Amino acid sequence: MTRVPSELRDEIPSFDTKVAGDRGPIDWTGLTSFRTAKSALEIGSIVALFAVVFFGLELVLRWTNTPTYVFPKPIAVVRTLANEFTGVYAHHLWVTMYEFLSGYAIGSAVGLLLAALITQKPFAEKVIAPYVLIMVTTPMIAFVPFLRLKMGFGSWPLIIAVALAAGPMVMINSATGFRRTDLAKIALARSYGASTLQIFRKIRFPLALPMIIVGFMVGSIFGLLTAVGGEMVAASEAGGLGERLVYYSSLARMDEFGAVILIIAALGVSIYVLFYFVGKRWASWEA
Amino acid sequence: MVLIEPKLRIEHATKTYATKTGHVRALEDFSIDVDEGELVCILGPSGCGKTTLLWALSGLHALTSGRILLDGTPVEGPRPAEIGVIFQEANLLPWRNLRQNIEFPFEIKKRRVDTARVDALLHDTGLEGFERSMPRELSGGMQQRASIVRALAQNPGVLLMDEPFGALDAFTRDEMNLLLMRLWSESGKTIVFVTHNISEAIFLADRVVVMTPRPGRLAHVYEIDLARPRTVEMTFEPGFIELVQDMKRTVETGGRAVLEVE
Repeated sequence: MTRVPSELRDEIPSFDTKVAGDRGPIDWTGLTSFRTAKSALEIGSIVALFAVVFFGLELVLRWTNTPTYVFPKPIAVVRTLANEFTGVYAHHLWVTMYEFLSGYAIGSAVGLLLAALITQKPFAEKVIAPYVLIMVTTPMIAFVPFLRLKMGFGSWPLIIAVALAAGPMVMINSATGFRRTDLAKIALARSYGASTLQIFRKIRFPLALPMIIVGFMVGSIFGLLTAVGGEMVAASEAGGLGERLVYYSSLARMDEFGAVILIIAALGVSIYVLFYFVGKRWASWEA
Repeated sequence: MVLIEPKLRIEHATKTYATKTGHVRALEDFSIDVDEGELVCILGPSGCGKTTLLWALSGLHALTSGRILLDGTPVEGPRPAEIGVIFQEANLLPWRNLRQNIEFPFEIKKRRVDTARVDALLHDTGLEGFERSMPRELSGGMQQRASIVRALAQNPGVLLMDEPFGALDAFTRDEMNLLLMRLWSESGKTIVFVTHNISEAIFLADRVVVMTPRPGRLAHVYEIDLARPRTVEMTFEPGFIELVQDMKRTVETGGRAVLEVE
């Protein structure tokens, strides 16, 4: 015969009705306004604003005869980017992506796992919490020179820095998610004889998923920041987008500098949009 | 004399919760028998231990003392093959659509979905065509109907219902009560139905068990001899209204008035 489920044993049955059904704390539609822009007028206005800024800047820079080393002209920047992307930038993009993705994968996996484990034990959570807070608030870029000194000129120092930056972000948000226990839903699963593992897989995890996705998104933004910033501080031999920024700015090659900025911006926006769709697909029930 | 064993037997059920401010006695020396195929309503004010009793019946809570027997064997944990629980509000999983919610118990039990049974129940409860809807797209009544289908699809002998229609408006509640009685008379299940609504209790039940405010004790048991099938019109008849008033007094006085009269 099965035993009485332990997590339900000695609390007065209560029902957290907020979690069920209605809108949760996360509104995915707020992530990007592009999807909510319905009419042609709205979309047209967004494109028009871009055109005004882009060409307006170009015109102002031409009229004022601003030299490139003071401010690059947008058209020249785009032309540089198009001409030299495959020759120069693709390599550095790959270096940064490699550091970012490796570190992010390690950091977020460890962060998610730790979050799932420590939320099972309130004591462990209380002990670990201050250290996670320190890790979240300390800029991990600060460790890159130190790691560089210890580990040489490969990509590992940056991979570790990215992991240290992204991991705690994934962890605190996921932990918030895993703490959202809904007693009534656990009772439901238990009444059908669910095991603790089934409760985790079919109740706790889906309930936590929206917050986990938020954690992955915030973590990815911090990870990219750390990858690029770390390269600016102390890049590997292979370079990377951050290293290029320092290099071009020190030589006042502002067209190339602008082109690298565009690539980094595109990278950031892509990550954002990716998580928007991930959120829509896997956590739309909360939006 | 032939002794027929009751389907459910509750013997001296007592439950004490340990809270930060001390012990809370939710249920005290509560005993009743429920026969097979009977529909018993447990009526009491909020916080009188009705939900505690139901969770103990479903094996979700252990009693502090006393015991519960289902078909003669003590309930010491969830009995998913024999008991189906219907919770307050619908308690659907918001990340699953209606169909996936109904299939949830099959997944937990690692059994193949009884598609024919599920389809028949969906048809019976008027949920056909909403299988792919998410819970928040459904009305409160439809959500609760889905949760009834979810429980009935498992074909348990006993249904435990914890104020299932408490959050619904009066019209939907009547409609749900009629649906429940129809399903009950067709299936012959044993139902324990917890409510704080007096006329709902009388309308549904063979017997109404009135509980006292905390700690929940048995105040009085009413046999309801209203003819079946019951209609909403019956609730407007003088006899029904008298019974409601009488029961209201019992709830308020915790059964003392009735005992004095007797």
